[in-house]
Amino acid sequence: MSEVLAAAIGVMRRDLLLAMRRKSDALASLFFFVIVASLFPLGLGPEPEMLRRIGPGVLWVGALLATILSLARLFASDYDDGTLEQMALSPAPLVALVLGKLAAHWLVTGLPLVVAAPVLALQYGLPGDTIAVLVASLLLGTPVLGLVGAIGAALTLGVRGGGLLVALLVLPLYVPALVFGAGAVDANLAGTGAEAHLSLLGAGLVVAAFFAPWAITAALRIALE
Amino acid sequence: MLVASALECVRGDRTLFAGVSVTLAAGASLLVQGANGAGKTSLLRILVGLAPPAHGEVAWNGQPIASLGDAYRREVAYCGHANALKDDLSAVENVRAAATLAGRRIAREEALAALEGVGVETAADLPVRSLSQGQKRRTSLARLALARARLWVLDEPLAALDAGGVEWLAATLDAHLESGGLAVVTSHQPLPARAPFATLRIGA
Repeated sequence: MSEVLAAAIGVMRRDLLLAMRRKSDALASLFFFVIVASLFPLGLGPEPEMLRRIGPGVLWVGALLATILSLARLFASDYDDGTLEQMALSPAPLVALVLGKLAAHWLVTGLPLVVAAPVLALQYGLPGDTIAVLVASLLLGTPVLGLVGAIGAALTLGVRGGGLLVALLVLPLYVPALVFGAGAVDANLAGTGAEAHLSLLGAGLVVAAFFAPWAITAALRIALE
Repeated sequence: MLVASALECVRGDRTLFAGVSVTLAAGASLLVQGANGAGKTSLLRILVGLAPPAHGEVAWNGQPIASLGDAYRREVAYCGHANALKDDLSAVENVRAAATLAGRRIAREEALAALEGVGVETAADLPVRSLSQGQKRRTSLARLALARARLWVLDEPLAALDAGGVEWLAATLDAHLESGGLAVVTSHQPLPARAPFATLRIGA
């Protein structure tokens, strides 16, 4: 068991090291998120009431699109350079190595979105406790986006124009996370309490964490054949 | 002992090969030959378990590899067409990452020693992107010495290697076979190994 853990952590560390060497890849989705979230106040005008109404939805859609942007590279480079073959031939189960990759992917692309969100939320005039709910919802939601998105990334591996296909495949699956995530922030704004939405989002994370790795692994094996 | 019986490989609606059987005892080696597109790489990928054959079965020590799982993967070291190297990591980091993947955590010194063995010690700390094709190939082959696998499956290992590299690989293969290892190799160039390679011609 410790050997499996060591292999998974090894893959995670390798991916983190790669992200450190190629900062542009990791920063691209963060900057995309920042720019999208900043364009709306500029385009819609500075009406505090309206901005507060659209803020949660815009920030969540921004995080969702930024995640989509990062999916194309998730498995593609490992597939192209033969590393994926070596992962499939490793004594450690492929599903454990996939989890290592997903953990690194979340640390590099998901966590920065969560950290940047409170700053961006200020542009929409969201109050402090609402921002806390936004952070909580993204903390639960971004791993779901990564897990579900990775299924799409694995399914479209080796397909020409895979990037667009991933978006078409994955965006409909993101709807529940978006509804409950943005809904939690909205509910807090409306004063009805966000617990129900956050609980459902948490349940979604548990389900995704349990099933997605197996689906990803199966899709990767098909891509390798 | 590796036994493959009546393997058939189908790509689309084309049968690449059928009825290919391989029996390899400890210390034995096999050179797979065939024209471009004959299915050499496909055969190797079937033997290591990356792709299932359309028909037939691969068995290791009498058990089908599909049921062995990681017990078989532990015995195999596969070097494919692609070098499985990360361009942005140094040669040492690549070797260490590959060893971790193969189930062995190694210190930097051991990785350096392996790179010295393949003759790229001077470039050990350079990003792999700045290495020549031959140096990349050598770095990729350094994995063999570290994996401690009994069955080596090498797909065109001589590609991009210079004369010194070819000699090193032949000597390494000889040592591996003498110690009871097995090897399946494809190559379009002659391999100057002392060990007698049985030849399998496919697609003829």
